[in-house]
Amino acid sequence: MKVVGISGSIVGSKTKTAMSLLWEEMVKAYPNAEHVLLDLADYQLQFSDGRNYLDYTGDTAFVTEQIMQADILFIGTPIFQASIPGTLKNVFDLLPTQALRDKVAAIVVTAGSAKHFLVAEQQLKPILSYMKAHLVSTFVFAEEKDFLNGKIINDDVHFRLQRLIEDAFDLAEAQASIRMKREAEYDF
Amino acid sequence: MEKYRIDPSKGMEFGIYTLGDHLADPRTGERISAKERIQQMVRLAQLADQAGIDFFSVGESHQPYFASQAHAVILAAIAQATEKIKIGSSSTILSTSDPVRVYENFATLDLISNGRAEIIAGRASRVGLFELLGYDLHNYEALFEEKFDLLLQLNEEEVVNWSGEFRRPLRNAEVLPRPLSGSLPIWRAVGGTPASAIKAGYAGVPMTVAMLGGPASVFKQTIDTYREALAARGFDPTQLPVATTGFFYAAETTQEALRDYYPHINEGMKKTNGQGFPKQLFAQGADHRSIINVGSPQQIIEKILYQHEQFGHQRYLAQLDFGGVPFEKMAQNIEYIGTEILPAIKKYTKQGGAE
Repeated sequence: MKVVGISGSIVGSKTKTAMSLLWEEMVKAYPNAEHVLLDLADYQLQFSDGRNYLDYTGDTAFVTEQIMQADILFIGTPIFQASIPGTLKNVFDLLPTQALRDKVAAIVVTAGSAKHFLVAEQQLKPILSYMKAHLVSTFVFAEEKDFLNGKIINDDVHFRLQRLIEDAFDLAEAQASIRMKREAEYDF
Repeated sequence: MEKYRIDPSKGMEFGIYTLGDHLADPRTGERISAKERIQQMVRLAQLADQAGIDFFSVGESHQPYFASQAHAVILAAIAQATEKIKIGSSSTILSTSDPVRVYENFATLDLISNGRAEIIAGRASRVGLFELLGYDLHNYEALFEEKFDLLLQLNEEEVVNWSGEFRRPLRNAEVLPRPLSGSLPIWRAVGGTPASAIKAGYAGVPMTVAMLGGPASVFKQTIDTYREALAARGFDPTQLPVATTGFFYAAETTQEALRDYYPHINEGMKKTNGQGFPKQLFAQGADHRSIINVGSPQQIIEKILYQHEQFGHQRYLAQLDFGGVPFEKMAQNIEYIGTEILPAIKKYTKQGGAE
């Protein structure tokens, strides 16, 4: 089982804070999973020009390959201008159309205020569905008042992150067993 | 059709194409050497020739897991090793070559082979070759369109005057040698979508369409669109052939064919395309409406005839060597084609043939 996390912005701290906490909890709960947390601020990604992801080089090749190898993706995103940041959209644009087939995707949203709550439903989920991900239907939403000095101070967010991790692993396991059962019937 | 050396009265043509992939056999994990793989392509063409198959082609790819970078050179070896089978490229990546050199190569191939050479020109699905060969990917479309126009002009005119953006002009240039009959069949390689086919239609050239998976009816739209575009530009669709291409594998039973070929397709696609081929989609290949021609010889005959009914195409090209298929399995496939599939296809598709 390979787990890849994406902290989808190159500015701000809340998404990174939430993803770091999620990662600590995840590694604690599932120590045997292979895991990579990609903070987009650490990579120089080029804009998608439509080529096959295998034809990119450097950081762009590294990040896309990690995502393509994942069984579970945790996607952390802030909300910019009523949508996900361009940096995160570019990551999706770099990948093939059905890149998330047979992968589970779980979402963590951070935002300045509660007004942004439905943005993930309307902006991010359609992209992930189009790319064929199995979505963990509930997502974690954390807003400005949940954070203080680089920490999440709302205990409920901690609990929600723990549940998101469990739900993602359960869904991945269930989907894998459904797939294996189906494929066993083909006899080839 | 004569210009493209196709005689519809003889029925639909059946060909074999290889992309020139150089992959391990997923069952053993072993990969033969590039030398062996290239010689294998030549031997496969020889077997196809002996089985009475109409056409054999080799693709051009410049990336890991391929051995067909110099596809025209491999085709020259095939020309020498075969007698009757028509030979061509599938495809020549024109965007990153000089059309003059391409034409010289294939005209020469035509002379070596006694008039059997053809070009299928394409734009490449992977793009690493742009950097390798010194071209700018930003010009992906413009490069192909300009070079394709020039290639067609070189084919039509013995003395060429031409100017464009991506190479120096030609002034009263004679491109030699000339092909045996004065010109070569030049096809445009097309991805499966109508948007791609329409470009071949507007150019008034024959097209070879890639069909990876899905129902025949979807690809019928692509072919219909091509013919409509031809007619809209004043070309006669009855004079311009269409070829289809796709995965092919015959075995005694459909189940055996699926079982035999699937790991090659799945593992091969992972390496060359970055993503495997879903088993579910491959399993649907057993349905007679699916474009994937994998099954028992009888089932494949029925499928190809069904496709012919839908498309009215002039040539079908089978890809049966992808992903490290052992040579004896390729040979067995040629055997099935030569003894069972080809005679049936010809019988039912030739003009005035059995209805």
